[in-house]
Amino acid sequence: MTALAISNVVKRYGATETVCGVSLEVEAGQRVALLGHNGAGKTTLMKMVLGLTPVSAGSIEVLGSQPGSRTARTATGFLPENAAFHGALTGREQLHHFARLKSVALSAADDMLTRVGLAAAADRRIRTYSKGMRQRVGLAQALLGRPQIALLDEPTSGLDPVSRHEFYDIVDELAQSGTTVLISSHALTELETRCDRIAILSAGQLVADGDLAGLRKAARLPVRFNVTATMEMADSVAAHLQGKRVNGHSVALTCQENEKIELLGRIAALGQAITDFDVEPPSLEELYRHYSAIDRGGL
Amino acid sequence: MPVFHVTRLELMIARRNWWVATSVILMAIFSVVLTLAGGAPTGSLGVAPVLVATTSITTLSVYLVPLIALLLSHDAIAGEVERGTLALSLSYPLSRAEILIGKFLAHLLVLAFAIAVGLVLAAALIAFRFGLPELSIPPLLRLFLTSLTLGAAFLGMGYCVSGLVRQPSVATGMVIVIWLISVVLYDLGLLGALVADNGGTFTRSVFPWLLVANPADAFRMLNMPDVSVAVLASGLSAAGSVSGTTGQLVSLLSWPVLTLVFAWTAFRKVEL
Repeated sequence: MTALAISNVVKRYGATETVCGVSLEVEAGQRVALLGHNGAGKTTLMKMVLGLTPVSAGSIEVLGSQPGSRTARTATGFLPENAAFHGALTGREQLHHFARLKSVALSAADDMLTRVGLAAAADRRIRTYSKGMRQRVGLAQALLGRPQIALLDEPTSGLDPVSRHEFYDIVDELAQSGTTVLISSHALTELETRCDRIAILSAGQLVADGDLAGLRKAARLPVRFNVTATMEMADSVAAHLQGKRVNGHSVALTCQENEKIELLGRIAALGQAITDFDVEPPSLEELYRHYSAIDRGGL
Repeated sequence: MPVFHVTRLELMIARRNWWVATSVILMAIFSVVLTLAGGAPTGSLGVAPVLVATTSITTLSVYLVPLIALLLSHDAIAGEVERGTLALSLSYPLSRAEILIGKFLAHLLVLAFAIAVGLVLAAALIAFRFGLPELSIPPLLRLFLTSLTLGAAFLGMGYCVSGLVRQPSVATGMVIVIWLISVVLYDLGLLGALVADNGGTFTRSVFPWLLVANPADAFRMLNMPDVSVAVLASGLSAAGSVSGTTGQLVSLLSWPVLTLVFAWTAFRKVEL
């Protein structure tokens, strides 16, 4: 089932186009990473999906309804970048308010506070919270009532590594229960293993959209091999594989995705001369740089 | 009802707002002081103590009620936009009209509380000093309701400013100017024009309408209907008789309605 259908969406502010003809269809239960440099149009796209700002051209459907309609808003959870709340309220009061607006039981809001690790601080004013704690309040409200679509703008900024891990556990749980999750982030390494699909925006255009394997294939970026040879064989291994000696007796070499198996065979054939080897496919960071640069006429 | 959820939240915030606490205390102190001080002339003038008290409190309310209302309302939209809380609120099933009305109801309740505290204290003092028979309720009730309407008018103006400007600091500056113009400078300007006109057409046909058009003056006239009492405060009653109570009421009641509609129109255009 299509949860979110964005087709040829354009957003103009005066003469400047910040989103230029973006199309994206997201299925229920999919976890999509929305990547892009600052000002690439990620937040604008999210705001259009929420109906906070109108589209200049094109159309968006949220669960078959117009963005900003009551149906769409009831089914959507949103975590804004730098989530802010009124400092005079306590975490519990703020979350209870959101629960009332979404017709969710107040006990569910209390459970959510515990889930994000704020149970002990729930009755303190938000003014006294750290950035990470405010981010947790933001996360808790976005996930209240198990939304069908969760839009998370930079959700892990301000969270420590352990909290980030816990955050992605919650996201996994949500996705398993059928929630579509759209995450915009700069923390590429953590998204790499936690998302089903990656969409890259660059200067308002969608320059890549697919799963990690698909993007790697299309980008044709080299796969890195790191072969560790015995001390006395290092030179001959380097010469045989046409690699570069690094770090004493290691040999670094690269190949294309389709040559991987053949190269692996050649390494295996070296037998006793090899003590270890690692294969490193292009990281999301490299892919991101690759796709963003194409659009800017770089590379 | 989403509107009442917003009202509830705003009341929680107001409860912890020291501006609100200060204004309630100020209203209470001034009401008590004016009622006590106002008791002095009753003997010689033979005016009912309630009328003396309401006249004094009217003069006070004309300054304080608009000020409290503007302080409560100026941050309502611009402040939320700047903090980034508005975008989040609007991602919930909640319309801009519901947010505005919810805030308005909360702020109105705060004003009602501040006004009521002062009036109840004044009434208690009158009953204590002059005995229960001297305590007539209608003037007090009229003062309460008109003060609240005056407050509503200035709440509306505060929301208009808050919806039109981007920064809360600009909104603060603008509401201070609005307050200064409507409760101080407007009357001074009219007075200057009266002196310059020296009893001409302006004085007879334009001035009374200009006077009643200002909600603060309409409020003042509504609460000083008795000519003998009006002498205690100012010479406005003569002008008041031209527009009549209906004119004063229409002016005072249309301000909240018109400003709220305008504020909502401005709020709808705020892009996030």
